[in-house]
Amino acid sequence: MSDRFFPHLSSVHEGNRRVKSAPHRDWRYVGLVALGGAGGSVARYLVSMWAGILLTPLTIAFPGASGTILWFPVGTLVVNLVGAFALGYLLEALARRGRETVRRRKIRLGIGTGVLGGFTTYSALALEVQELLGQGMPWLALLYAALTLAGGTATCLSGIALAARADRRREGR
Amino acid sequence: MLALLLVAVGGGLGAAARFVVDGEVRARHGGGFPWGTFVVNVSGSFLIGTFSTLFHTLTWYGVSPDVAHLVQFALTTGLCGGYTTFSTATVESVRLARSGRLRLALANTLGTLLVTVLAAAAGVAAGGLFV
Repeated sequence: MSDRFFPHLSSVHEGNRRVKSAPHRDWRYVGLVALGGAGGSVARYLVSMWAGILLTPLTIAFPGASGTILWFPVGTLVVNLVGAFALGYLLEALARRGRETVRRRKIRLGIGTGVLGGFTTYSALALEVQELLGQGMPWLALLYAALTLAGGTATCLSGIALAARADRRREGR
Repeated sequence: MLALLLVAVGGGLGAAARFVVDGEVRARHGGGFPWGTFVVNVSGSFLIGTFSTLFHTLTWYGVSPDVAHLVQFALTTGLCGGYTTFSTATVESVRLARSGRLRLALANTLGTLLVTVLAAAAGVAAGGLFV
């Protein structure tokens, strides 16, 4: 595929050759992302259910606030914060290893775009904020949105910092 | 078990669709702003809004509640969940900020939330038109 048609594309190294390619038009890469996305989505479903169950003791401790606590979408919050951390770590670690080989591209697309992309979700966040607003709980909606955005940025930065530290240790050996 | 299978299939298809849509949008708008992820998250939020009304619509048309629930679950938690992504949107904002484009980073973070919430509301309204 020529640079004229895909000037935006990053190159990938196959042996000593640099080749330009459009992975999203290659069915093998699309299949890899689908496979990762299936696994990540199942993990999201299980973790967000589990996170919701963890809140049950809170509603017993604070029966007066149980309505509010049960409506707080803590499951989505947890998967999004964990996923932002993991993707920050993965992409920083890969970038620090140097140029993108075919193997690293498979890891980036399979684990990063597939598993972690499927593990986190923006549509659930948007719908939950919209529902909280619709139920007349604008402050809870704002708190939920602020916790997600600020928390996601913070966990992503921690992931990047941790990958950088691990890389410096590896270099130092 | 059926729920896990539906989430896996829906999430896999959604992730593949995200990969293709993101790549095609990028091919047309290279550079500065991460339009690919933005388009994916906004369109996915509209869809989840519409699909969130499916249980109501399907049962209204006589579909059994069990089936209607599974269909809505597969399309919302599965398809839309796998299609949209919070992790990539966050990484892209952080990258913009670290490269000194703080305004673009802030615009991406707050703009995506604002537009996706509006899209979800529009999707719910659109879903209501079918009953």
